[in-house]
Amino acid sequence: MKALVTGITIALAASVTAWTMASDEIEAVLRNSFVAKNQATMDRLERDAVQSACSAPRGMPLDNDMLTTLRAERLNSVVLPPDGQYLGDWQRGAEVAGNGRGLQSSDDPTQPNGGNCYACHQLAPDEVAYGTLGPSLTGYGARGQSEAMLQYTWTKLWDTHAYNLCSHMPRFGAQGILTEQQLKDVMAYLLDPASPVNQAAE
Amino acid sequence: MKRHHFGFTLFAVWLCSVPLAADDGVFDQYRDLMGDDNPAVFVIDEGEELWFAPQGPESATLEACDLGLGPGVTAGAYVRFPRYFADADVVMDLESRLVYCMTTIQGRDLDVVNAKPYSLRGDFGTEMEALVTWLAAESEGATIAPEQTHAAERAMYTLGEEIFFYRAGPHDFSCATCHEQSDMRIRLQALPDLTSHSGAAEAWGSWPAYRISQGLVRTMGWRLRDCFRQQRWPELQMGSEVSIALQTYMAVNAAGGTMTAPGLKR
Ligand code: HEC
Ligand code: HEC
Repeated sequence: MKALVTGITIALAASVTAWTMASDEIEAVLRNSFVAKNQATMDRLERDAVQSACSAPRGMPLDNDMLTTLRAERLNSVVLPPDGQYLGDWQRGAEVAGNGRGLQSSDDPTQPNGGNCYACHQLAPDEVAYGTLGPSLTGYGARGQSEAMLQYTWTKLWDTHAYNLCSHMPRFGAQGILTEQQLKDVMAYLLDPASPVNQAAE
Repeated sequence: MKRHHFGFTLFAVWLCSVPLAADDGVFDQYRDLMGDDNPAVFVIDEGEELWFAPQGPESATLEACDLGLGPGVTAGAYVRFPRYFADADVVMDLESRLVYCMTTIQGRDLDVVNAKPYSLRGDFGTEMEALVTWLAAESEGATIAPEQTHAAERAMYTLGEEIFFYRAGPHDFSCATCHEQSDMRIRLQALPDLTSHSGAAEAWGSWPAYRISQGLVRTMGWRLRDCFRQQRWPELQMGSEVSIALQTYMAVNAAGGTMTAPGLKR
């Protein structure tokens, strides 16, 4: 029994090391397997701290202290809107939420990026083409527009890892996917009582 | 032959009349309606002809090509891929093995062979697409059983797993973002869980596939390239280590499943 347990421990240790050590090798493999295409340049294959921490294959043990530090770092670097205005125009926000283009090698870099929220979330109840990777946000505006709620939602959109490290959601503000104005417009799409997100289905 | 054209035209007309919200269910219905009438049959024939056609400076056919079961053996070869080949001393997927045979047996130039493996929209389909389609059909109904005996084959699986979970790019996407949970979808497109046996078996076993929306047969190499495009990464190269590693990861997860390719996709 003891031998068996030791065997498992060694196997675990070996796989953890394999995951962390192979990083350099993997980068070399990646460099040899891709070519830059239009705006999709080779530097996109390099990982930042969040990406590295969140690349562990499922079931791999994670270093909790490191994760806590990283999450706090993300929270500290969130940039709130300098003018204190969180809400833009929900109609423009609807466009941002439905637009799946932006930053792909096949996209026109002179056009604005989309937020592609519908790829992962249900929003307006009348839109049936929604994905399910994230929770439904239908009726999100019912949570109100308190300062805390505005800050929470902005932070979630700016850098989702500030609250939920290794979330599947993109970092729309921190990674420069959406502009400050686009973020405000999407905020309004979520929170404005007049937005279809907060209306009953027809 | 005519029958296929007719069935396909009928479907195209019928497809235009279904509401936009129709999802993958439409294609299940197509399969029920059309049975084996997959337009890929034409591409299968073309692939077989190409295998037996003398080409290159050596004016040789591909009959001397060893797909792992001995020179010229095509039946049941595809389900054993990706696998290690001693002559090249690397693990290869079917696409890179074909490139190897075209250069070593037919004497063709590597850069020319590699130049355009996958067709663009509106093209008629490439030699690579046709050959892969025929060779997959030569394994239709066979059990998926990729080789995992050589250390290099096992290392390829581990590498594939790591790349599957490797998050990078402006959207922090990895394959796992979209393919590690079951019953999920993006917009209306169902996303297979490629970490599970059933999800991997269905996906791996159904490529290459005829894409109705593009009117072309696509290979797994193309499928990966297109998912990397959505991932906002640079362009994946055919026969690259990343391509072979991810295919190994999926094929091993799929082992025991049935090869049904060429499949039919939206
Ligand atoms: C790739 C998928 C994906 C995309 C694209 C995406 N999200 Fe998310 N989102 C998620 C997931 C998964 C969660 C739940 C996990 C979490 O909270 O991190 C989430 C959570 C949220 C939450 C918190 C929900 C709550 O109940 O508090 C909000 C708000 C949100 N998303 C808004 C958006 C908006 C707005 C967009 C478009 C600009 C967007 N998301 C795009 C995957 C996505
Ligand atoms: C942003 C989401 C996203 C990411 C990231 C992604 N895929 Fe996909 N993948 C899709 C969608 C959507 C489809 C279905 C496409 C369609 O129906 O046209 C798909 C289809 C596939 C299929 C075909 C499944 C079938 O049954 O036909 C395979 C295989 C696949 N992806 C593998 C991968 C791999 C490997 C990666 C990592 C390199 C990856 N995908 C990354 C969204 C994604």
